[in-house]
Amino acid sequence: MNVNPESIGSSNSYQICNNCQKVLRKKEKGMRIPRPLTSGPSAFIPEKEILEATPVDMHTNLLLLVGDYSSSGQLNHLTQVMGLHPQYLESFLRCQFYLLRIDGPLPQHYRHYIAIMAAARHQCSFLVNMHVHEFLQIGMCLEWLNGLDFAPQRLRNLNEINKILAHRPWLITKEHIQKLVKTGENSWSLAELVHAVVLLAHFHALASFVFGSGINPEVDADASNRFQDVAVNNFCVCDLANDNNLEDFLLPGMVDSVSELEALMERMKRLQEEEEEASQEEMATRFEKEKEESLLVTSGAFEDEIVPVSNVSRFVSDPTFGYQDFARREDNLPTFRAQDFSWDDHGFSLVNRLYSDIGHMLDEKFRTVSNLTYYNMATHEDIDTTMLRRALFNYVHCMFGIKYDDYDYGEVNQLLERSLKVYIKTVTCYPERTTRRMYDSYWRQFRHSEKVHVNLLLMEARMQAELLYALRAITHYMT
Amino acid sequence: MVKLLLAQDHQKMEKMARVTTALGSNTISGCTMFCHLDAPANAISVCRDAAQVVVAGRNIFKIYALEEEQFVEKLNLRVGRKPSLNFSCADVMWHQMDENLLATAATNGAVVTWNLGKPSRNKQDQLFTEHKRTVNKVCFHPTEVHMLLSGSQDGYMKCFDLRRKESVSTFSGQSESVRDVQFSIRDYFTFAASFENGNVQLWDIRRPDRYERMFTAHNGPVFCCDWHPEDRGWLATGGRDKMVKVWDITTNRAKEIHCVQTIASVARVKWRPERKYHLATCSMMVDHNIYVWDMRRPFIPFATFEEHKDVTTGIVWRHLHDPGFLLSGSKDSTLYQHKFKDASRPVDKANPEGLCFGLFGDLAFAAKESLISGGGDSNRKPYGSGGDRRYPIFFFKKPDLTEQFAHESSALSVFETDLESSRMDWFVKTARRYLLSGKPFGELCDHNAKVAKELNRPQVSTTWTMLRIMYSDPGNLATATSISKGGSVPLMNSFNMKEIAAGGLGSESRLDRGKGEIRQDTIHLDPGNSLINNNDENEETEGSEGPADYLFGDVELEDDDLYPMEHENPTAEEAEYSLPQEAFPLRHEIVDNPSVPEHLQDKVDSPHVSGNEAEAVCLTPIKSFSLISISQPLYESHLPASFFSPVVREMLQHYAEAGDVQMAVSVLIVLGDRIRKEVDELTQEHWYTSYIDLLQRFELWNVSNEVIKLSTSSAINCLNQTSTTLHINCSNCKRPMSNKGWICDRCHQCASICAVCHHVVKGLFVWCQGCSHGGHLEHIMNWLKSSSHCPAGCGHLCEYT
Repeated sequence: MNVNPESIGSSNSYQICNNCQKVLRKKEKGMRIPRPLTSGPSAFIPEKEILEATPVDMHTNLLLLVGDYSSSGQLNHLTQVMGLHPQYLESFLRCQFYLLRIDGPLPQHYRHYIAIMAAARHQCSFLVNMHVHEFLQIGMCLEWLNGLDFAPQRLRNLNEINKILAHRPWLITKEHIQKLVKTGENSWSLAELVHAVVLLAHFHALASFVFGSGINPEVDADASNRFQDVAVNNFCVCDLANDNNLEDFLLPGMVDSVSELEALMERMKRLQEEEEEASQEEMATRFEKEKEESLLVTSGAFEDEIVPVSNVSRFVSDPTFGYQDFARREDNLPTFRAQDFSWDDHGFSLVNRLYSDIGHMLDEKFRTVSNLTYYNMATHEDIDTTMLRRALFNYVHCMFGIKYDDYDYGEVNQLLERSLKVYIKTVTCYPERTTRRMYDSYWRQFRHSEKVHVNLLLMEARMQAELLYALRAITHYMT
Repeated sequence: MVKLLLAQDHQKMEKMARVTTALGSNTISGCTMFCHLDAPANAISVCRDAAQVVVAGRNIFKIYALEEEQFVEKLNLRVGRKPSLNFSCADVMWHQMDENLLATAATNGAVVTWNLGKPSRNKQDQLFTEHKRTVNKVCFHPTEVHMLLSGSQDGYMKCFDLRRKESVSTFSGQSESVRDVQFSIRDYFTFAASFENGNVQLWDIRRPDRYERMFTAHNGPVFCCDWHPEDRGWLATGGRDKMVKVWDITTNRAKEIHCVQTIASVARVKWRPERKYHLATCSMMVDHNIYVWDMRRPFIPFATFEEHKDVTTGIVWRHLHDPGFLLSGSKDSTLYQHKFKDASRPVDKANPEGLCFGLFGDLAFAAKESLISGGGDSNRKPYGSGGDRRYPIFFFKKPDLTEQFAHESSALSVFETDLESSRMDWFVKTARRYLLSGKPFGELCDHNAKVAKELNRPQVSTTWTMLRIMYSDPGNLATATSISKGGSVPLMNSFNMKEIAAGGLGSESRLDRGKGEIRQDTIHLDPGNSLINNNDENEETEGSEGPADYLFGDVELEDDDLYPMEHENPTAEEAEYSLPQEAFPLRHEIVDNPSVPEHLQDKVDSPHVSGNEAEAVCLTPIKSFSLISISQPLYESHLPASFFSPVVREMLQHYAEAGDVQMAVSVLIVLGDRIRKEVDELTQEHWYTSYIDLLQRFELWNVSNEVIKLSTSSAINCLNQTSTTLHINCSNCKRPMSNKGWICDRCHQCASICAVCHHVVKGLFVWCQGCSHGGHLEHIMNWLKSSSHCPAGCGHLCEYT
C-alpha cells in the first residue's frame, strides 16, 4: 500500500488552526496585533542575532558537526538556534543520532514513527514534519502515515504511555509496563520498550524546546517530494509565530527591567552569603508551598479547551488527555524522592543495561547542560550562575512532583520571578501554548542566547523527569 | 611466618581497639535468618561486639539484637511526632570503639550523631548542617573516638571533632560529588574518597589543602571503596561500570592488581575478614544477589546469597574476625543474617566446558578431565590447565572444604580440520557464476545447472534442470531443449543413476525426499525407465498425496482456462511495482525485478504456439513407447506450475536446512513469483539475510547487492537503501558541499572536474589518494598508461592500481 497524497491534502481549503482563527477574529474587531517575526530560524529571536552569534568559523564547525550526525547534512532551524550553544549541540546531536540511526533494539521506521507520535502529542508540526520526511525516506510501511489507526497494534499500544508521559508522567505505573510487555503477540521486549521510552521522552522534551524557542517551520523551497510539500503547506504555518494568548497580559508591576536584573543579582548574592538556617519544618513546607503555588501559576485564560484541528492530530488518539497539575490536592499523589531513584545511581544503570551505551549519551547530555555556563548574566560578567541553573532545573522537577531532600525550595521563590514561572510552566507542561509575549516578558535584559540556555535547561529537566518516572515503573515491573 | 605476622597484627589491633572480644574464647554462632523491617533499608552497621545491628533508611532507624535464631528489635531511634528529614538516612555507622556512639548521614545534608547512653528517649546527640547537599557517607576513625568524616554530594568532605560544635577541617573534591569516604585501617592519617567522576583521592587528614594522590579508578561514578583489613596497600573500589577493582597503592602509581566484572553496577564492597582474597559485593540496580568473590578467580563468584527480593542496599560482615556471617539490608524491607555455609556455590552449577572454532576451521574443546577418558586418538592433544591454583589461601588453618574454590582440571582437545574438505570455494564460484536474472527462465536454469555440474555438484545441477522442466511452459520447454540438447542428455543420465539408487534402497524416507525427482521423471518419459516402474511410482505418489488427485482432474477439464489465469498475474504485478516509483525519489532503480518482464514476454507468446510445439515435444520421445504411456505424460506436461509448488517448497526447505541457503535463495529468485507465495515471508527473509550475510563475509559485494536488488521482500529490499548518503567536500575550498548540483555554494566553482578533459564528472570519479586529483575513470586510465605524473600537473607521481 502506498499513501495517496491526495488523501492527506484532501480538501483544498488551507486549514487554519484554532489560535489563528482567534487571531483573525480579533483582527476583525480592529485590535492591534503584534506582528510575528517569521523570517529566520526562530519566531522569537531576530535572525540577525543568531547569525551574529555564530561567526563564520564557528558556522563551519557547526556544519561539520551536523554533517556528522544528521541525514541531510544541512542546518535546520532547530540546530541553528541550538547552535548558540555549540558545546551542548554536539552532545545533543550525538545522542539523537544514536537514538535514531545507530543499531538498536527498534527498526528505523519504528523510531521515526515513535518520534512522530511523541511530537504529535504536543501538536508540534515542526518535528512531525521532520520525521514524516525521514519516514518517507526509509520508504517502508508508508500507510502508517495516514494516522495512528493505520499503524500496527504494537505501536498503538504505545499510545497509552505516550500520552501519560507527555502530560502526567507521575501516573505511570508498573501495570502500564506490564500491559506492554506481556500481551502475547504484540508485546514489546524490555529493550525495545526502553528504546521507545527514551525516544518518547526525547521528543516530548524537544517539542518543549521547539515551542519555547519559537522555532519556525522549515520552508524547503526545492523540496522534490510532493508529499512533503502537501504536508507542509497543509499545516498552519502560523502555529508558532502567533500570539495565542491575546488577552492583555499585565506584567507584575512592570518594573524597570534594569533594576529587575540588579535585584535578581542582589538576591543571588544574598542567598550565597546567608547562613541562617531554616528550621526543618520550614524546609519541608517550602517544597509543598512551591508545588502548590505552581498550581496558581497559569498563563491566564484558556478555559476554552483547545482540541487541535491540525493534521498532526491523526497521530494522536485521546486528544483531550492533557496536562493536569501534579499538586491537585484531591488525589494526593506521593512525592517522588529524588534520593530514592536518581538518574546517576539508578536510571543510568537500568537504561544502559537494556539499551547499551544510551546511558552514556544521556549522561553526557545531562552533564553538559548542567555544567554549561559562560559566567555572565546579561551585561554582567564573572558570575557564578550555578544557583540559578539549579533553581530552574529543580523547579521543573518540582512541578513534576520530584523532590530533592537537600534543596531549599525557598531559593526558587527568591530567584524565579512570576513571569518566568509562567513561562517555565507553559514550556514544560503544555508547550503548544507558548507565546512570544511569554518569551519576551521575563528577563528582558538578558540576551537571547541566555534564554535559549534556559530552554535547554527546561528541556533536559523535563526529559529527565519523564525518564525517571518511566524507568522507575520499569524497575518496579522487573522486581 | 605469615601466621606469625598475622598474629602480631591481630594483637596490635586488639590492643589499639581496647577490645576485649577475642574470637578464640567466644565464637559467634547463629544461623541464616531474617526479619521484616517496616520500610526499605538504606544502610546497616554492626556493633563492635557483633551482638547488635543498626538499620537506617528513609523511614526507618532501628537497632536489632542478634540472637541465636532471630532478630529482636531493641530500640527505635525515630522518635518525635513529626520526624524531620534528619531522620532520613543515606548512611549509618556504628563506632567501632564506643558502643554507644552512632553517626548517620541524612539526605538533606545533615550529619547527626547519636548517643545510646542518653537517658531520654531522644538519643540525638549532635547535629552538623554544614553540607549543602545530601551526605552520602559517614565514617568514624577506626581508633580515634572523636573523629568523624563525612562525604557529600556538594563535593566536600568534612572532618568533625565530636567535642566541638563544627567541623575541624574541610576537604574539597573540586566540585565533584563524593560517594564514599573510608579511613585507612592501618594508616592513622590516611583516608580514601571516591567520586562521581570516576576518581579516587587519597588524603592526609592533617592536610586539608590538597589531596596526596589521585587516580582514575572507574569509568563513571565510583560508588564505594574499602581498605583491606590486613594489607595496608590494598584498596577495593566498585563503580557504575560494573567493575570491582583492587588497587595496590604502595607503588608510585596506583596499580590495578585485580579486577572483577560483575553483571550490574556495584553499590557496596566489603572485604571478607580473615580471607585475604575474598570480598563481598552487592549491586545498585536490577541484580538482588550478594556475591562473595575470590579475587584470583574473577569469572565466577565464589559464593552467592540469593535471599533478597529487591536490591541489597547494605552489607556488613558481622564480626571483624569472623568470616562466617554476613548481614544485609535491602529495599525489600528485610534484614538478613547469612551463614556462609548456607551460601550457594555457582561453581557447582557451572559447566566447565568450552568450545571454539579457529580461524582455519580447527575446533578446540575443553572439558573436565573426568569426562574425557584417555581416548588416545591420534589428533587429540590434551593440555593441562588450572594447576597453579591448587593451594589454599591460608596456611595456619586446616583447609576447610567449604572455603576452597572447587578445582577443575580440564582436558583440551584440538581437532584439526582438513583444509580441503571444508573449503568454501564452491560457494564463491557458484555465487559468482550463477545467473539470477536477465535471461529467460529456461536459460537461467540451464546456465545454473551447467555451473553446478562443472563444480561437481550433480544434485544441485539436476535440481536446476528439473525446475526448468517443471516451470517452463511447454512452448519454452521445446525451445530450451532444442537449443541445449547436447547439454541435457548427459544430465539425464546422471539423474537416472540417482533415481535407481534411490529405488534400490527402498526406504520410505528416501522415497519421500526423492518424490520431486521421480515425478519429474515420469513427465520426461525417460527412456531408461521401464513403464511398469513408472506406473508404480505414480500410484504411490497419487495415493499419498491428496491434492495430486484433485489437480489431475482439474487439469483435464480446465486445460484452456489455465492461460488466461496466468495472464492476470503479471499485470497485477506491474501495478504493484509501479507504485513505489512514484513515492520514492528515483535515485536508482529500487524495486526492479527483471524476471518480471521476461516472464511476461514468455507468457505472451506462449499461448498460440504452445499447442503445436507441446505436441512436438511430447511426440519425439514417445516414439519408442506404447500408447498407454503417452496419455499420462501428455496431461502432465500441461500441469500448472502450481502443482509442483509444494514439492519445490519442500525442496527449498531441504536445501536451506542442509546449509545450502545459496541454492534456496537462488531458486527463489529465479522462480520469482512462481514460488514466492508458497514460502512464508519470514522464512524467505531469513534465507535472504543469511545468504547476504554469507556473501558479505566472502566479500562478494556485487553478488550480495544483486541479491538484495532482486529480492521481493521489502525488508530485504530496503537494505541497500540505508546509508546511501555520501558526503563530499568541495575540492577547491574544502568545505562540505550541499547536495545541489555540481557547483559549490561557497566558492562558486565547479567541483569534481576531470583533470584530463576539464569537464565535470557525473558518474564514476576516480582520484589519487596522494594528491586528490582525478577525473573520469577512462580518462585517468588512459592518461596513466602514457604518463606517470598527475594529469593536473601538480607533480605527484600517481599510481593506478
